[in-house]
Amino acid sequence: MRIVVCIKQVPDSAEVRINPETNTLIRDGVPTIINPYDMHALEAGLQIREKTGGKVTVLTMGPPQAETALREAIAMGADEAVLLTDRAFAGSDTWATAFTLSKAIEQIGADVILCGKQAIDGDTAQVGPEIAEFMDIPHISYIRKVVDVASDRLVVQRLMDDGFDLVESTLPVLLTAVKELNVPRLPSLKGKMAAKKAEIRKMSAADIKAGENDLGLKGSPTQVKNIFAPEAKKDRKVLEGTTEEKVDTLVKELVGLKCI
Amino acid sequence: MYIKVNRALCSGCEACLQSCPYDAIVMKDGKAVITELCQLCRACLSVCPEGAISEVKEASDTKETAQGKGVWVFAEQRDGKIAGVSLELLGAGRGLAQKLGAELSAVLFGGTADDAQELIRWGADKVFHCSDPLLSAFNDEPYAALLSKLIVEQKPEIVLTGATPIGRSFFPRVAAKLRAGLTADCTSLEIDAETKNLLQIRPAFGGNIMATIFCPHARPQMATVRPRVMKRGEHDPSRKGEVVSVSAKGIASRTKVVETVKEVSETAINLQDANIIVAGGRGMGGDKGFQLLYELAEVLGASVAASRAAVDEGWIPYRHQVGQTGKTVGPKLYIACGISGAVQHLVGMQSSDIIIAINKNPEAPIFSVATYGIVGDAHEIIPMLIRKIREAKGL
Ligand SMILES: Cc1cc2nc3c(=O)[nH]c(=O)nc-3n(C[C@H](O)[C@H](O)[C@H](O)COP(=O)(O)OP(=O)(O)OC[C@H]3O[C@@H](n4cnc5c(N)ncnc54)[C@H](O)[C@@H]3O)c2cc1C
Ligand SMILES: Nc1ncnc2c1ncn2[C@@H]1O[C@H](COP(=O)(O)O)[C@@H](O)[C@H]1O
Repeated sequence: MRIVVCIKQVPDSAEVRINPETNTLIRDGVPTIINPYDMHALEAGLQIREKTGGKVTVLTMGPPQAETALREAIAMGADEAVLLTDRAFAGSDTWATAFTLSKAIEQIGADVILCGKQAIDGDTAQVGPEIAEFMDIPHISYIRKVVDVASDRLVVQRLMDDGFDLVESTLPVLLTAVKELNVPRLPSLKGKMAAKKAEIRKMSAADIKAGENDLGLKGSPTQVKNIFAPEAKKDRKVLEGTTEEKVDTLVKELVGLKCI
Repeated sequence: MYIKVNRALCSGCEACLQSCPYDAIVMKDGKAVITELCQLCRACLSVCPEGAISEVKEASDTKETAQGKGVWVFAEQRDGKIAGVSLELLGAGRGLAQKLGAELSAVLFGGTADDAQELIRWGADKVFHCSDPLLSAFNDEPYAALLSKLIVEQKPEIVLTGATPIGRSFFPRVAAKLRAGLTADCTSLEIDAETKNLLQIRPAFGGNIMATIFCPHARPQMATVRPRVMKRGEHDPSRKGEVVSVSAKGIASRTKVVETVKEVSETAINLQDANIIVAGGRGMGGDKGFQLLYELAEVLGASVAASRAAVDEGWIPYRHQVGQTGKTVGPKLYIACGISGAVQHLVGMQSSDIIIAINKNPEAPIFSVATYGIVGDAHEIIPMLIRKIREAKGL
C-alpha cells in the first residue's frame, strides 16, 4: 500500500494573541508545531501500513524550515519525506496549495492519501477535498475510525453532527482525520535516529511540471483584503451585592426578557 | 501584485516584523525582507514609519473578471429535513441579491416538491431541484459533480452554503473543479459598494483575528457560512416562485454510504436550534457540577453545552462542545458557568443574544462578552438560581 500523509507546520494558535492597541499579532515565542489533526492522519497512515504493509510518505509544502516538521514525522515512523518548496508557491490559497500538493502526489504515487480535517492557522478544511478533486479520486472527510482496508477498497466511519456514516470507497481515496480517530504515538528512539539521518527529497515548481499561472499568488482565486481584531461586546453589566441579591436581580432581568 | 520593501528607505527598525500574522518578514543585513510566506494581507503597509513598504501591481492584476449573475444558496437536507442554516442563508442571500439587483435561487438535492416550495416561502425566487434518489443521502462526488454542472450552465455570481460537515466537505471539490475562490466558515458577508465584489469575513488563527477575503477575478464567488450567525428572512406562505427540475443523468459515485448511525441525545442535536443553553467548563469540577447544570437546564427548558476543557475531562461527550472545534450556537440566552472564556470558546457562542457568565475570577475574559456577569462560586449560585427560578415560575 502506498500511503501519503500531508502535514503542515503551523503556529500554535492557542498562543497567538492580538495587541488591541496596534491591531497586530503578538507572536513572540509562539512555537511552531505539526498541525494537530495531521498527527492523527499520520498515526492512521502508520496503522494502515502496519496492517497491509507498504510505505508511508509524508509531504509538506512550505518554506525550507518546514523540514523540521518532516523530520518529526519520520521520528514517529514515516518511511520517507518530501518537501515542496519554491518561491513560486508563495501566497498560495487553498486552491493553489491543493493543486501543488496534488501534482506532487501524482509523482509520488498513492493508494491512500491522508490529511488532517483542517489546519489550525486557517481552519479552512478545504485542501484535502480539493486535492481529491484535482486527482479525480473520491474522498471521505472526518474519518473517526478505519473499519477495514483491502487492496482495492476501504470502509471507514465518517463523523457527522448527529452520529456517523459507515462509508465504503474504492481506492485510491483521500481521507481527512478528526481527533477521535486515534492517539498519535510518541517518537521512538530508533525513529529519532532515523530522523537525524533521513534525506529529505525536495521538489520545486519545475519538478512537478506546473505552470506559474496555477501556482502561488497567481494561481489563487482568493485574496486577503485586510485583517482586524474581533470586536468586543459593549453592553456588559457585572451584578453587585450579596450572592442572593445578584441572583434576585438576574432572575428579575430574565423574567423581564421573557426567558423565564 | 506583491509587497516590496524599499531598501533605501528601510531603517531596520523591525516595526513591521510584529505586524505580520504569517511571520513572512525577516531581517537580512539590517533591512526587512518579505519572504515567500507572504499572503498579501497588507497588514505591514501601515505600520512602517518610513513608508518603505508598498504594494506593487502587476499586469495580471487587471485580469478581466469572469461574468456571473444571481445569488445561489445550496439548501442542505439530511433525512428529508432542511438544515436551519439554509434558511438563514436565504435571509442573508436576499439582502445580497437586492444589493446586486439579482435573483436569489436555491439548489435542493433530494427532498420533496414541498421542500422546494418551502424554500420559495423562505425567500428564493427560483429553486433548482433534483429529486433523484442517488442524491437523497449525502455523498461528496455526486453532489460536487451535479452542482458544478449546474453552475457551469447557469453562471451564478455567488454560491453559498452552510459551514456544516456536509457543506465543508463537498464545496471545496466544486471550487477546485471550477477554479473558483472559496472562503470557509464566514461569519459575515457584505457587498463592496464600489467593485460589487463579495466581501467574506471570517475568523482566523483560532478566532484571534478576523480576516476579510475577496475574489477579485474568479467567478462564482463561493463561501460556506457558520450556522446561527445570519438571521432568517420572513416565512411568507403565499410567496410564489419557479421550480426547475434537474436531472442526475450521468452522475456517479465511488463512495457509498452503507449505513447511517444516530448516536446523539435529543439535547445535543438541538444545541444549534436551542433557545436557551446552559454551558459548563472546568470550573464545574466534575459530574456533580454538571448534574447541577442539567437541573438548571430542566427548569429553563434549556440544552446543556460545555467548553473543551470539560469535554476533555470526560464530564460530557464531544457533541456538546461549543467553540472553534465544536459547535457554533446562537441562542437567545447562553449561561456560561465556570468557563474562563478563551477565544476558542468565545467564537462559538458570542453571537448569542444574552450571555450570562458565572465565574469566581473577576478577571475571567468571559466577562468581556457577558451581558450579565456574576462573580462568585457556581456551586453556590446555581442551586440558588434554580430555586429562585422555580419560585418565579410558581413551581
Ligand atoms: C486549536 C484549539 C481549539 C480549541 N477549541 C475549543 C473549542 O471548540 N471550545 C472550547 O471551549 N475550547 C476550545 N479550546 C480550548 C480553549 O483554549 C480553552 O482551553 C478552554 O475553552 C478552557 O475551558 P474552560 O473555560 O472550561 O477551562 P478553564 O480555562 O480552566 O477555566 C475554568 C474557569 O472556571 C472558573 N472557576 C473555577 N471554579 C469555579 C467555581 N467554583 N465557580 C465559578 N467559577 C469557577 C475559573 O475562574 C476559570 O475561569 C481550543 C484550544 C485550541 C488550542
Ligand atoms: N502547505 C501544506 N502542506 C501539506 N499539507 C497541507 C498544507 N496545507 C494544508 N495541508 C493539508 O490539508 C489539511 C487541511 O488544511 P486546510 O484546508 O488549510 O485547513 C491539513 O490538515 C493538511 O493535512
